[in-house]
Amino acid sequence: MTSSKDLQGYYESLLKEVDEKLNDLYSKETEEEFNQKLKENGFSRRDFLKWASFLTATLMLPPAFESRIAKAAAIKERTPIIWLHMAECTGCSESFLRTREPDIATLIFEQVSLTYHDTLMMASGERVEKHLDEAIQRYKGKYICIIEGAIPTKDGGIYLRVGSKGETGLERAKRVTKDAKVNLAFGTCAAFGGVQAAHPNPTGAKGVHDALGIEIVNVPGCPPNSVNMVGTLLHILLFDKIPPLDLLYRPLWAYGSRIHDYCERRAHFDAGEFVEEWGDEGAKKGWCLYKMGCKGPLTYNNCSRYRFNQGTNWPIGAGHGCIGCSEPNFWDTMAPFEEPNDESGIRIPASKGVEAASDEIGSFLAGATAAAVGIHAAGSIIRAKASKTSQKESE
Amino acid sequence: MAEKKHVVIDPITRIEGHLRIEIDVKDGKIENSWSSGTLWRGIEPILQGRDIRDAGLLVQRICGVCTWAHYEANTMSAEVALGIRPPTNARLVRNMINASQFMHDHIVHFYALHSLDWADVAGALKADPVRANELAHQFSKQPYNASVEHYKEVIEKLKKFVASGQLGPFSGAYLGNKLYKLPPEGDLIVISHYLDALYVQVILAQMMAIYGAKNPHPQSLVVGGITSVMDMLDARRLGQYTSKLAEVGNFIQHAYLPDIDLITHFYKDEFSEGWGCGSYNFLSYGGFPETNDWKAEYRYLPQGVIYDRDLSRVEKVDERHITESVVHSWYKGPNKGVYPGEEDTIPEYTGLNDDGTLKKDGKYSWIKAPRYKGKMMEVGPLSRMLVGYALNHNNIRELVDAYLSKHNAEPRQMFSTVGRTAARAIETFYIWYGAHKWADDLVANLKQGDERTWTRFEYPEEETNTSVALYEAPRGSLAHFVRIKGKKVTHYQVVVPSTWNASPRDEKGQRGAYEESLIGLPVPDTEEPLEVLRTIHSFDPCLACAVHITDVDSGKIKKFKVEV
Repeated sequence: MTSSKDLQGYYESLLKEVDEKLNDLYSKETEEEFNQKLKENGFSRRDFLKWASFLTATLMLPPAFESRIAKAAAIKERTPIIWLHMAECTGCSESFLRTREPDIATLIFEQVSLTYHDTLMMASGERVEKHLDEAIQRYKGKYICIIEGAIPTKDGGIYLRVGSKGETGLERAKRVTKDAKVNLAFGTCAAFGGVQAAHPNPTGAKGVHDALGIEIVNVPGCPPNSVNMVGTLLHILLFDKIPPLDLLYRPLWAYGSRIHDYCERRAHFDAGEFVEEWGDEGAKKGWCLYKMGCKGPLTYNNCSRYRFNQGTNWPIGAGHGCIGCSEPNFWDTMAPFEEPNDESGIRIPASKGVEAASDEIGSFLAGATAAAVGIHAAGSIIRAKASKTSQKESE
Repeated sequence: MAEKKHVVIDPITRIEGHLRIEIDVKDGKIENSWSSGTLWRGIEPILQGRDIRDAGLLVQRICGVCTWAHYEANTMSAEVALGIRPPTNARLVRNMINASQFMHDHIVHFYALHSLDWADVAGALKADPVRANELAHQFSKQPYNASVEHYKEVIEKLKKFVASGQLGPFSGAYLGNKLYKLPPEGDLIVISHYLDALYVQVILAQMMAIYGAKNPHPQSLVVGGITSVMDMLDARRLGQYTSKLAEVGNFIQHAYLPDIDLITHFYKDEFSEGWGCGSYNFLSYGGFPETNDWKAEYRYLPQGVIYDRDLSRVEKVDERHITESVVHSWYKGPNKGVYPGEEDTIPEYTGLNDDGTLKKDGKYSWIKAPRYKGKMMEVGPLSRMLVGYALNHNNIRELVDAYLSKHNAEPRQMFSTVGRTAARAIETFYIWYGAHKWADDLVANLKQGDERTWTRFEYPEEETNTSVALYEAPRGSLAHFVRIKGKKVTHYQVVVPSTWNASPRDEKGQRGAYEESLIGLPVPDTEEPLEVLRTIHSFDPCLACAVHITDVDSGKIKKFKVEV
């Protein structure tokens, strides 16, 4: 686990490490070979460098990484991935399919080998069961295991059974994660239990870390943005290393700041301009949704920076508050979604907004600062609480 | 005489959720079959006591594929209970979002989840690009992304992929299986569109996000209306929507529909012999309200019930005839079908046999067995196109007839796996057409100065009657039942499309639609049950939906509020 303060140090050592590796593996011939490969796939070197620069920015890496990413992509073999489905809705797989940077075809044909993924693979039944066993053997210690969905643990895990022998989801997850190089929990269900773990959690559903007690990288969201899934995956593929994580094992590059911090409607929050009812004048003008229950101030994610579906839109953009879907237990702690959370400690700036008389502006600024401090404190408390709960349950 | 062989197929891949099929095979043909949902998530107890405004977002998480369907059906059921209707703008924007959902679902289903049941990767590898280009032009005047150069590239790409030894999603494919009927060039055309569809689905997801915030799991729908009023009033947004619609239309007309013609042509025996349809009764609730009171006869997708494949008679739907039986499902319950509003659902897991097979005489699935007037029903695009055909609803009959006449086929041939697959494609085009209309209607309404997107409502002090929204999801008929008191949900019940189709046997031993449709199909090699997959996939199974919602509310049913 890394705090954001240590990030700079982390990047310095990562850069050194990457350079050492690249010096060993990279040569002029590799570059020519790779350029040829790009050409065959209809990409120019320029397209590729653009992609490397986009990825560097997305992963919030220092610009020095741009050239390294380009080099690393050129020498990588396709890494095998085993993707398991537990108790879930397949929304995370669907979201993953929406990636355009790179697009899904390039990703699965060039970057990774989706060795096992039961929504996409051709064969069924016995043949895939055999294939899964073989893949685990063949790529022991080398494959990345991605888990989508929570693991039912109540009554011995009987609420999910897969395969001709009726293996429980719990047994299957244990078996496949054991020999993986890295285990990734994609989505809030795999990370924290998600919707089936909401009160009263009838099937005893748990996130992977809590159910198995193993090391994990959590990429929560319901579902996560493809940017966050693909970005985390590429970080691991390119640098052979997991990115720095927060207390809940979430990559800091994606979950290091709150929705509220970069929200396009933030100025309206500070100015005290709020939507009071769906479809009102404020809604037409894009005012702040805090009073309509927006949980952006309590949610650590990068939605406000990247939006969804290639930047097309996002919940707050479409006039709906954030529901905090990447936070642990959000179905219980953030509800009701259309009302502000009374216990969050967030104070609305007491102001008439930027058009207030100049003598009032001073007090407005003071109010805004206090509010910002309050929000940060509340966010931190929730984070500390959540991580305590998850630790306790895993014991 | 050959021995009877029992085969377990689990997991069934390329579907949503966890499904097992067991079959008895004798003389290379399926003699008996069982369908079992193998996951239970228990979302229903979770819904109890939640704020009605949160229920839609929670219920939406039943399924990340038809990610709009449960959200909207829930919202409509709440609106019925509260006695309100959303304004015209909200109805139209909802229909536009739902249209993107339908097209997305059908295209992703056919290409990503179903096309490899018809097209053989091994065939594509040895195809002749010149002949493939000619063949593509036989089925379309302007075939999508078709040229000798392009086909060469696709073959090269596939060859490299195969040479790498890491086959990814094609691993374990039933290469060269005799039940594949396309010529190699046909395989190549379909597989090249498989790759193109990976791009088209991204465009369709963007289309949903324009007014829906994001995809999957859009977030702009609220009880009483929609929230994306800024997007609705922004002309550039409409421009984005219609330009993406045009792009998708190009794919539907020049890739999807011609590919269905190609498949129909080369699988003509299966089409005329009616392989893969054991259903006799077809149900559709009707979808896409065209008027603000949501009247059944003014819905874009038609409502009705067809019995015994008789296309001369369509009965109106009355949801009071819906029952669910749990005799073969892992729940406690009486030995007869029960009306969904009166159900009392407590899990009762009885396990598997020692060898891991299903206990066929007892309980064997997390899916219940819904019946209409005690009869097994098929739901989905085939049902909707058949009901539309029988009712002569809008131009559905013309579209179906145009397809049939191209192949010198009779309407009865629609009762087949090929017919079910074709109905989905025809419906995709029909919905695409509808999306233009709703966009036009929205502009016309905005021009009149109407900018309303939300209807205010009051919470009931007393518990409401059971209220129901009858809805069509891409996969078929969906009904949400709700009761509300104050802001809280006091009762929730959902009967979803895949529960109808993937149903186990009922108390009378009647099989569900999957089970019945498999009977008699050939399985020459039980290790490669291609025909089983082809037929099961043609229903577009969604097991997450089928098993995630059942009711635990045992409160006595009150007077019924009917919404048709």
